[in-house]
Amino acid sequence: MDLARKTARTRVQAIPMRERVREWTVRYGVIAITLFLLVLFLATEDTFRRPTTILSMLKYASVIAIAGLGVTTAMVVGGIDLSVGGIAGMAVTIAAMTMVIYNQIGLIAVAGVLVAGAAVGLVNALLIVRLRIPDMLATLSVMFVIQGLKLVFVSGQSVSSGMPLPDGTFAKGHFTADFLWIDNGFVGPIPVPVLIFLVLTVAMWIFLTRTRWGRIMYAIGANPEAARLAGIRINRYHALAYVISGLLAAVAGLILASRIGQGDISAGNSLLLDSIAVALVGMSVMGLNLPNAWGTSLGAVMLGILITGLTIAGVPYYAQDVVKGLVLVLALIFSFTLSRKRTRYVSAV
Amino acid sequence: MQTVVSLTDVSMAFGTNRVLSGVSVSLREGSVLALIGANGAGKSTLIKILSGVYPGHGGEIAVDGKPVVIDSPSVARSLGIHTVHQRIADGVVPGLTVAENLVFDELARSSFGTYFSLGKILPRARAVAAVLELPWDDDFLRRDVFDLGVADQQLLLLARALDQDPRMLVLDEPTSALSMAEVERLFALIRRLKESGVAILYVSHHLSEIDTLADALVVLRDGRIMLEQGRPFGWNEVVRAMLGEQVLAEETDVVERRGTDVRLELRGVRLRPDAAPQDLAFRAGEVVGVIGLLGAGKSELARGIFGATPFTEGSMVLDGRPYAPSSPSDAVRNGVFLVPEDRSAEALLPGWSIGRTAALPFISSIAPRGLVPRGAEAKRGRWVIDQLDVVCTGDGHDVDELSGGNQQRVVVGRWLAGKPRVLVLDEPFRGVDIGARAAIGLRLRALAQDGAVVIITSSDVDEILQGSDRVLVLGDGVVRADTYLTETNRDQIIERMSEIA
Repeated sequence: MDLARKTARTRVQAIPMRERVREWTVRYGVIAITLFLLVLFLATEDTFRRPTTILSMLKYASVIAIAGLGVTTAMVVGGIDLSVGGIAGMAVTIAAMTMVIYNQIGLIAVAGVLVAGAAVGLVNALLIVRLRIPDMLATLSVMFVIQGLKLVFVSGQSVSSGMPLPDGTFAKGHFTADFLWIDNGFVGPIPVPVLIFLVLTVAMWIFLTRTRWGRIMYAIGANPEAARLAGIRINRYHALAYVISGLLAAVAGLILASRIGQGDISAGNSLLLDSIAVALVGMSVMGLNLPNAWGTSLGAVMLGILITGLTIAGVPYYAQDVVKGLVLVLALIFSFTLSRKRTRYVSAV
Repeated sequence: MQTVVSLTDVSMAFGTNRVLSGVSVSLREGSVLALIGANGAGKSTLIKILSGVYPGHGGEIAVDGKPVVIDSPSVARSLGIHTVHQRIADGVVPGLTVAENLVFDELARSSFGTYFSLGKILPRARAVAAVLELPWDDDFLRRDVFDLGVADQQLLLLARALDQDPRMLVLDEPTSALSMAEVERLFALIRRLKESGVAILYVSHHLSEIDTLADALVVLRDGRIMLEQGRPFGWNEVVRAMLGEQVLAEETDVVERRGTDVRLELRGVRLRPDAAPQDLAFRAGEVVGVIGLLGAGKSELARGIFGATPFTEGSMVLDGRPYAPSSPSDAVRNGVFLVPEDRSAEALLPGWSIGRTAALPFISSIAPRGLVPRGAEAKRGRWVIDQLDVVCTGDGHDVDELSGGNQQRVVVGRWLAGKPRVLVLDEPFRGVDIGARAAIGLRLRALAQDGAVVIITSSDVDEILQGSDRVLVLGDGVVRADTYLTETNRDQIIERMSEIA
């Protein structure tokens, strides 16, 4: 009797403790893992401590983060964009064709890529909003179409200076210096792509959380019918989200093109899964359980640390995917299993 | 007439929530018993008990005088109790052919063996279709069941049930998806079934259908049988039993106000596809209560005015100008607002605070340049909390964590900030406590006094009596009465509601 009462009391006290641990894990889990990985690699690997390593790690993360911000925007309105990898790959080829084959300056290449990215986003929006095709299926189809189109334009070959052209001449153009600056340049001590990454993260964070347009997008993601009955023209904002996603993917593609320095046709292939993964990891940051800009960028940095560290430690690339997957599972446990908030079903999951 | 199925003292509770108590009903051979009740009266629970979906109820069920335990749908079927549920999608299996659906019970029991072909089941399917004399040839039977119209799907399910030689048939709102001609077909069939001795439990909101078909009726309210009647039916009494004879709230000191200028005019608007076009005028300064049973056209009226489901026919005039909202945003920009019927599906955003929920409809004017000023949404939230005395921890409180009544205060209150010209509330008091009801009612009266049109729809007479100046009685998509409250009374309203078309 006495004993029973005592155990009952201990149990009552034990629950808040367990509860507090759960709360903490849900809020800070991803941040803790990131810090842990960072400290682990800093402590164990000499090479990791070099500033150049850190910078290249951030450069690696920036492309994924920017494409991930695109996916995040689509996820905010309750959808998903599977065409971001395709858009980035297409961007690489368009940039190469503009400069190498058509011998144009870098600025025109940049403009062309951005217009193309926005256009693909608009097509996605049209399929999803007007023709009411489910977002995942629409963007998947568009991904195939633009991947194929890209290959059709270049007859399945990577574009590089001096390559033979169908009319018998050789490609005279080349990647211009200012275009190559996008990935290789510095502003002060900061590499340009890292700067773009930071600026876009802040911009998207402000856009999504501090402007009325972002607020409306979150409303559409939370309950589209309630948003519509609040007098919002939901189709416009739904469409806008996919255009933004296309634009961001194109920016990621620009950095990628500048990094590779030629029209590599396989560029962007792994970007899709990485960018979706970081957007999902980002959902669990601070226990928000919502797609958000900071979370996505932090997820990308975490992925950068993980991949860079594992590479330096000599873990083969195929084993790295296993680790990547396990980390994703962990993050999803934070937001779907442990969190008390009802996690919105994301169609990509 | 012999009793086929009898229920004695049947009760059911979910946790502490009693949904049925002491229900005793007898179903006789060749007789149609109608079951009537408002939403939440316990009709579907009773159906589910009979069809074996809810085992573990109290009381006793007997078939042919022998006590039985119906603890699964297959037991119900083997006892000869077949149910055609209201939701056709619950019965039809998409992706299969018409033939496979017709013989689905046997397929599920694998009477055709593990491997079967369409050829093997076609003869059986033809036989099932023949029960209802359905003119379906083999080509038709090979089609995907989703190519069928809703009416044919309904008939398919009926045929499937009838093929099993039911002793008793439960029909749950069987006409909700049917056209007039199809309803006639169904009624003819039901009469034939009666002659062949099947006991039928017919569940419907449509009093006219019950008047045509039923031999007796029972009225369910709050899980109890309130009334049993044989022919001829007394509809006044039926509707009274259905809606409740609550003691009329003591004469509130509400002074009836009559509006002056017509603010919103509806011309030739069709509320239901089979109803005649209606003309209506709403005057500034009055609260109009729109009352009618389910399916009377109340929601159609509310959603049409707001542009949520635009009217298919007719036109509107708002303050002398043509008004044709093709979407809610058109309505909102014209100062016409709606509090929708289903709060959680149509108004609430999971995880959103009171402040953000309150500010959302007016976010463009709160953030004209795009950037939402810090604290602007919180301020709007506090305004709503003040206006309607929302019980909460502050403007940051998640709306979905509030009680139903407080949620409704927020959902109503947020429109008040937008200076409504017309505010439509579709069943605003359903699932709302008395305190919230009073607070909202008071604010609505004040709003009308300031010159707005307030339109409240309800299926509860007392709700309408308490807060309205004018009352519109709708039935089958037609305005049956349009009068001021002081010129009518509870009995008259109920009488108009219960008229048979």
